Amino acid sequence: MTIPTTPLTLVLAILVAPFFGALLSGIDRRITARAQGRMGPPILQPVYDTIKLLRKEPILLNRMQIVYAYLHLLFMIMAFLMLVFGKDSLMFLFVFAFSTLALVLGGMCVRSPYSRIGSQREIMLMVAYEPILILIMIGFYMVNNHSFLLSAPLSAARPMLISLPLLFVAFLVVLAIKLHKSPFDIATSHHAHQEIVKGITIEYSGPHLAILEIAHFYEMALLFCLIVLFWASPIWIGLLLASASFFLMTVVDNAFARLTKMWIFKFMWTSVLLLAMTNVILLYWVSK
Amino acid sequence: MTVVPKFNKSPWVVHFNCNSCNGCDIEFLACLTPLYDLERFGILHVGNPKHADVLVVTGSVNHRNARVLKNVYDQMPDPKVVVAMGVCASTGGIFADGYNVLGGVDKVIPVDVFVPGCPARPEAMIDGVLKGAQVLQAKHSGKTPLAEKHVLTRTPTPVDAPAVLEKGASHA
Repeated sequence: MTIPTTPLTLVLAILVAPFFGALLSGIDRRITARAQGRMGPPILQPVYDTIKLLRKEPILLNRMQIVYAYLHLLFMIMAFLMLVFGKDSLMFLFVFAFSTLALVLGGMCVRSPYSRIGSQREIMLMVAYEPILILIMIGFYMVNNHSFLLSAPLSAARPMLISLPLLFVAFLVVLAIKLHKSPFDIATSHHAHQEIVKGITIEYSGPHLAILEIAHFYEMALLFCLIVLFWASPIWIGLLLASASFFLMTVVDNAFARLTKMWIFKFMWTSVLLLAMTNVILLYWVSK
Repeated sequence: MTVVPKFNKSPWVVHFNCNSCNGCDIEFLACLTPLYDLERFGILHVGNPKHADVLVVTGSVNHRNARVLKNVYDQMPDPKVVVAMGVCASTGGIFADGYNVLGGVDKVIPVDVFVPGCPARPEAMIDGVLKGAQVLQAKHSGKTPLAEKHVLTRTPTPVDAPAVLEKGASHA
């Protein structure tokens, strides 16, 4: 079972994903507000925000900044489509990583120190989580009869979560980093708007900020689909699993304080990497 | 009825303390608490003028901070709205007679909404920001907010602002 690559499904995937991401973000904001005893914004608030930003006056510091914002969005859409249509998983990882890299370069190409600090922290985060993502793809490869195709899990006989439980836990940590959730929201954050952590987006305004927002909506949809792959048949369990994971992220976000970048780095390269490696080594033994 | 949601659905606020005694600032931050919950109106308290739609100013303007205020205002992308929070920001308040005080915020930048009070109550502040959001919507659709006529809004420049700013620059 794979999703056919026709113009219709292509357009549908491109159009539906940002709305889905915005909806997830809206639900997240509402749950966070309720956890703090507040009413919270409407569920569609991220959509309102983005449309408002798109209609504001564009101000740019230099052209490259905008080029990188568009590259970030473009590569994010590309990575999302590669995942949805089951293309090569390593290529998917490279495209996904370049998307984040474009964001970092966009933050680096202006002279604002806050923007640069944000970019440096994003680089540290990338160094922290990329090995885990690669180990997850290796896990996918070993489980799916040595196939790097992302469509392979859809036709797998048994769900991957059963063979990759530790890798799934490691992936949840990566998910928290990618969604800018506490304790990992050091490069940019959804809550602390006044702090240095708003860093990487500081020099973007109006429609260019909206581009970054839309890219993040695609990113959320992408991560949601990636969790679904862990239990792809029957797919409704995968959807439940992904929803539960996103809910867990909101809870964790509200329960934890922010960590320093070195703490995150040490945590990822010891505990989480150990978890992921253990799973891969166990798989190797079982297959021998 | 339009398909596109109105501009006033998500006014993002940046808060600037000119010369305030901190009373209005504390009251404004109280608006973010669960009791008042600004976010239910889509209002976000951002720390960056480049992301903001509404500039909330507390305190009176003096020679030192006039340039800074103008700088923050200039960094905001159009359409933008200024809310003068409390009597000091509106007229200079009890500091109006001070030798260093220029007066209200409208001496330096155009103000759209004045919120009275010393300090202004959180309810009045929320009301002021929401009124500012309506002005934002009117500015976006090219109407003057009061007359509802199809006249393009011209950003008014206070007559004495350039002199004030030059004076401030020469001090530095």
